[in-house]
This record gives sequence, structure tokens and C-alpha cells, in this order.
Amino acid sequence: MHIHTVLSPCGSLSMSPTTIVEKAKQAGINILGITDHNSMRQCQVVREIGAKAGIMVLSGVEITTHEEAHCLAFFEKTEDQQAFQEYLDIQLPNIQNDTNRFGHQVWVDEMENILGEEERLLLSALSDGVDQIAAEVKKRNGIFIAAHIDRPSFSIISQLGFITPDIPFDALEISVNCQWDKLISKHPYLNKYNIFTSSDAHLPELIGTSTSTIECEALTFDEVQKAIRGEAGRSIKPEKMNIASLDSKNLDTKKISILKK
Amino acid sequence: MKVCDIVQKLNLIVFGGNEGINNPITGGYTSDLLSDVMGNVNENEVWITLQTHKNIMAIASLKEVAAIILVKGLAPSEAALEQSNEEGIPLLGTPLEAFEISGQLYDLIKKANE
Repeated sequence: MHIHTVLSPCGSLSMSPTTIVEKAKQAGINILGITDHNSMRQCQVVREIGAKAGIMVLSGVEITTHEEAHCLAFFEKTEDQQAFQEYLDIQLPNIQNDTNRFGHQVWVDEMENILGEEERLLLSALSDGVDQIAAEVKKRNGIFIAAHIDRPSFSIISQLGFITPDIPFDALEISVNCQWDKLISKHPYLNKYNIFTSSDAHLPELIGTSTSTIECEALTFDEVQKAIRGEAGRSIKPEKMNIASLDSKNLDTKKISILKK
Repeated sequence: MKVCDIVQKLNLIVFGGNEGINNPITGGYTSDLLSDVMGNVNENEVWITLQTHKNIMAIASLKEVAAIILVKGLAPSEAALEQSNEEGIPLLGTPLEAFEISGQLYDLIKKANE
């Protein structure tokens, strides 16, 4: 649910759409979320290649809010993706990328030909805060997720101290190294949320190193959305793990795959 | 020293929370990571930040800070302003950057304690 491509400055140049789909296939993944920093320009190509390989690719983005909290958003319809891309383009500050320092920000086709390059630094924070961004995502029937909430930087908890129930998160993502027991004892209200984990892979070899199981009836956006929201008996969870007993050991050592019921 | 003293001496804007304008001040804390502020700010300190989300008021209330100063001419979110008035914790503003206002506040508190 959280994979970077060559488009992210911090994403490896080897993270081409073809490689990502190949690696995902090898790892037995059925559903893949593409989430580059503040841009969705690589999603469509991965989606097309994924479709040929029988992998459902969700078009998404890892947004940096004004508070510098990372949030994931996914959209079903092409027009919603385009509208949200326009919103991102307006919101991203005009700070140029330094390719020597941060890396290249290009998007490519199936044959790895460069289709375009983002000149502005994608790591910058957008001008809107999390509340306004949540509203923009929901307006377009998007899925909205707080990313790696356990991390000491760039997480909603590190930036805003705690999660208020009025932010419409459909689920919360925890990182590979999450110490769940510690987190839940400090923030007991997290029990009310759907929790899952993903690899946040920036390198091909990390794809599939931390995944979750989605239980749903079909591989459609609507079904996945219901699962992430925990609606109508659908669910998402780190595979073979009871969230109450999650600990870092489990998450580190298990290689798990997304399975369709 | 009181909140009203620094408002006057540092030429601060008062967005809300007038009820607490006579809160006593013992020091200050400058940070934009709310998780950090929650663990490190002390009672009766002035908190200097660029964060405008309403969570700043929840933390200010929890930690019983004297006032919050928003830097760089930033305005509070509507929800933060509302809560500032409800809680009676002054929400102040300055066009200066965190470095400058922190320095000025530090000097002021130091002089007052001499």
C-alpha cells in the first residue's frame, strides 16, 4: 500500500514500473499501492503494467501536509486523480530540486524511457494543513491514511502530538519497526482505528518485506476501500497477526503477502 | 512578568484567549514538533511555534502554558482560535521568525529575573 517509484527523489532509480510489478509478482502481492511524494505522475504506467500481470495497482500519493505529517491518499477515477494532481501542483511550493543532493524526479514508461521530470522538490510540504487536505481527498471519494504513525519524524503523531478523531482517516499505517505495545500504551485511542503495515519500499528488494492481508469479495477499488475502512465485514490487517499482540519482532521477521480471500 | 507585558514589549498581536492575558511567565520553549512539546514544555512557559493546527491548543491546555506565539505572521486556524478563547490561553502572533522572537523573549525574561 505504500511503495515509492523512480519519481520520488529518495526512490531508487531502479524502481521502474516494470521492476516494481515484477518484484511484487515474485512476492505474491495481489494489491499494490503506488505513493510517491506529492505527485501521482508515475501511477498510471504502473497500473497498466500491473493489470497485465494480474496485480491491482492503486493510484496514490504520499502527501506532506503543512505540519509535515505524511499521509497516503488513493483515488479510483482518472478524473479524480487528475483533479488531485492539479491540487498538488498548486500546493507544492516553488523550491527547485537539487538533483545532486536529493536525486532525480523523473517518471518513465514501460520501457524505462523518461516521460517527464518534476523540477520542483517533491519533498517540500504543501501549503494546506491536514484538515484541508483530508477534505480535498474526501471530496474526490479518496482513501485517506496516516502514514507510519509510529515514526519519530514526518508522522501525524510526531508533528501534531496525537490524532484527533475529527480527521477522517480510513486507517493508520505502522512502519516495519513499529513497537506496537509501546505505541498503544501511550496512545490507547489507536485501538479504534484500522491498522496495517506496508514496506514503504524505496528499493526493489524491499518490496514485499512488510505487507498486510486484505479480506474482501473482489479486487475492486470499492471493495478495497471498504476493507481499509473495516466496513461490511471486510478488513485489512498485518497478516497472521492479532493487532493486540503485534510487536516489532513479528514485523521484522515475517515476510507476508497480501492475499485475496 | 505577565503575558500582557510581553505583548506590549514585543509588539505582539493578540488573536484570542484574552482571559489569560495576566498569566504569569517563567520561561519559554521553541519547537514545532508537538510530540516534543508535549514532553518538554513546562507550566507557565511561553511556547513559540509555526504550527497553527488546533492541536496546539490541546497541548497548551494540557501543559498549562502561559501563551503561544505564532511566528512569521502566521494566523491560527479557526478551530485553534476558538479553543484559545474557550480555554483562556492567549494565542499571540509576530511577523518575526522563531529565532528572533525567541532571542527577544529570552532577553526580556533574563532582564526581569536580574
